[in-house]
Amino acid sequence: MRRHVISVLLENESGALSRVSGLFSARGYNIESLTVAATHDPTLSRMTIVTIGTDRIVEQIIKQLNKLVDVVRLTDLTEVPFIEREIMMVKVRAVDAGRDELKRLTDIFRGHILDVTESSYVIELTGDDYKLSGFLDAIGRDNIIEAVRSGATGIARGDKSLKP
Amino acid sequence: MELSGGEILIEALKEEGVEFLFGYPGGAVLHIYDALYEQNSVKHILVRHEQGATHAADGYARATGKPGVVLVTSGPGATNAVTGIATAFMDSIPMVVLSGQVQSRFIGSDAFQEVDCVGITRPCVKHNFLVDSLENFAETMKKAFHVATTGRPGPVVVDIPKDFTAPGVTVPFNYPKTVNMRSYSPAEQGHPGQIRKAVDLILSAKRPMIYSGGGVVLGNAAAQLTEFTEMLGYPITQTLMGLGAFPASNKQNLGMLGMHGTYEANMAMHDCDVLIAIGARFDDRVTGEIESFCPNAKIVHVDVDPASISKNVTVDVPIVGNVTHVLDAMIALIKDTGKRADPADLAQWWATIKGWADTNCMAYQLDEKLIKPQAVIEALWRETNGDAYICSDVGQHQMWAAQFYGFDKPRRWINSGGLGTMGFGIPAAIGVQLAFPDEVVACVTGEASVQMCIQELSTAMQYSTPIKIISLNNRYMGMVRQWQEFNYDKRYSHSYMDALPDFVKLAESYGHVGMRIEKPGDVEGALKEAFAMKDRLVFMDFQTDQKENVYPMIEAGKGHHEMRLNPARELA
Repeated sequence: MRRHVISVLLENESGALSRVSGLFSARGYNIESLTVAATHDPTLSRMTIVTIGTDRIVEQIIKQLNKLVDVVRLTDLTEVPFIEREIMMVKVRAVDAGRDELKRLTDIFRGHILDVTESSYVIELTGDDYKLSGFLDAIGRDNIIEAVRSGATGIARGDKSLKP
Repeated sequence: MELSGGEILIEALKEEGVEFLFGYPGGAVLHIYDALYEQNSVKHILVRHEQGATHAADGYARATGKPGVVLVTSGPGATNAVTGIATAFMDSIPMVVLSGQVQSRFIGSDAFQEVDCVGITRPCVKHNFLVDSLENFAETMKKAFHVATTGRPGPVVVDIPKDFTAPGVTVPFNYPKTVNMRSYSPAEQGHPGQIRKAVDLILSAKRPMIYSGGGVVLGNAAAQLTEFTEMLGYPITQTLMGLGAFPASNKQNLGMLGMHGTYEANMAMHDCDVLIAIGARFDDRVTGEIESFCPNAKIVHVDVDPASISKNVTVDVPIVGNVTHVLDAMIALIKDTGKRADPADLAQWWATIKGWADTNCMAYQLDEKLIKPQAVIEALWRETNGDAYICSDVGQHQMWAAQFYGFDKPRRWINSGGLGTMGFGIPAAIGVQLAFPDEVVACVTGEASVQMCIQELSTAMQYSTPIKIISLNNRYMGMVRQWQEFNYDKRYSHSYMDALPDFVKLAESYGHVGMRIEKPGDVEGALKEAFAMKDRLVFMDFQTDQKENVYPMIEAGKGHHEMRLNPARELA
């Protein structure tokens, strides 16, 4: 079982997202996260799917995705050097001495404080899954009021690109 | 030319060469039906239930190779069609289903007869469209036919809001000659390197086996398959869906494989060293227990759908491409090399196979008083010279038809293999008979399956389709009963068919001929009499042995080499 980040270019049409999500639920594939938005070309959406599976299952996922008529192209980013980024906003209890400690931790993780009240901060952080989870552990999960994560996006390093 | 949406739909069907439109009217398609009224090119077949429309279109498509076309209304019209759409999807049958939808401004408001047709059908179509403007309608129709008929075929649904078909609202009509979809380009030619690798492996075999499936029928590659198999001299087996793609009467044919396949086919699968899978998808009913599937074989797999490759069974040499092209390329390459498998090895392999065939696995015991279902199928084969279109429903009768009616030609055997849809037989036979009015079309069924779409006897009357219905009536859902006998201590829970109608009177009430056959001695004569009535539908109610089972059988969790044989075969 290995984690894979699959990048999918698909027609920016209504229903395209449900074809992908429906495929995963119908065939019992796992989705860790799924993000999608239009690209610089408004006729195309780009989706990043994070899934965990054996090589055989991931091979099937890729083939089944390719088979969807709305899917233009896709690539398994984990097969090449790639950059993964996810954005997270977390609302934390921030009182007394804890306020300074949270500020320091945010700086160490290169995050930003977006909102401040007498008793809380909203902290923004970008990074890969490992970094974001690391931050949540560092600030102490008990202090978290709520957290929201965008799900991963990814792009290949170097000259490789995903084009129609 | 300025046309309304209803007129565009009709013009598109004409451009696509559609002969028959199987349908049922309703509120959301009234504009389309009004446009239909004005023309004679496309013949509308009014069914009695939308499921019947899809199966009839499906039967038409299986027999002709052309796409079947269906027109249904929104809501219940669309949901009734779903079983037939799923049936076509599982067997990769080209079909275009046009469904009415409520007016676009009412979509999402829970309007009368509104369902999310695109949502409901999404998991059981190759693709579907919701028409979003009148301007795009013609192009969408073109895309629907293109997607349905190319690559691995399948059903495509076009959901059409009522306002886009209104008379008086027109746009300029130009039917596209070609269609360009950047996201859809099915494979054609196989990869030459892979083909070379495959041929090397095929020629190095000591115990080769060819396993072909429905893809060969769908890809119109029966001639290529036959040439390929004959030039190599290898044994061949077919799946339920692949029957007829290689002549049953050819001595290289070991018959069907899988759960109810022949002993020799399954044993040869288990012991082969090179397996050549062509247009087949390693379905669970074919492979038996995956752990013991072809344990010693290197596997070549030719398929147009990359997702079929290494899905259930990991293969050694995959070739993605149109089966006709790939077989042509392999035949040419084998001719070029001038090489063949070692004749001594092959002779020894055939001797081993002969030993398995001597088991005589299809033998069954005749009875003086009770009609044996297998004997009816054999008599049907004789009566029709083995050359009829045989449609079937689902259950024991389906397996007996597959086992005992030797198909020498492709597209003659029409059955729901993947989804296993009871009720498929009668409407499918109607579709086939409409396509080939001068051919002999029979529907092999049972008293349970036949009641699931019995209303289509009325359609058969209206359009004078003289199909012959061979109902093997054992007063049980036979296949359910068989599994209950084997696996549930003969606890026949709800598999007995009580309160059956008098099928003779039923057929007569629809205006057809009904016959009830109770004695083994009457089978032959009854069939002769029925098939002599060339312009009448004849419903033949054969009262068969209730206890007969389908043998041989691979039970759940067992491999090809662990078949259960007919205990009565020694006595036969």
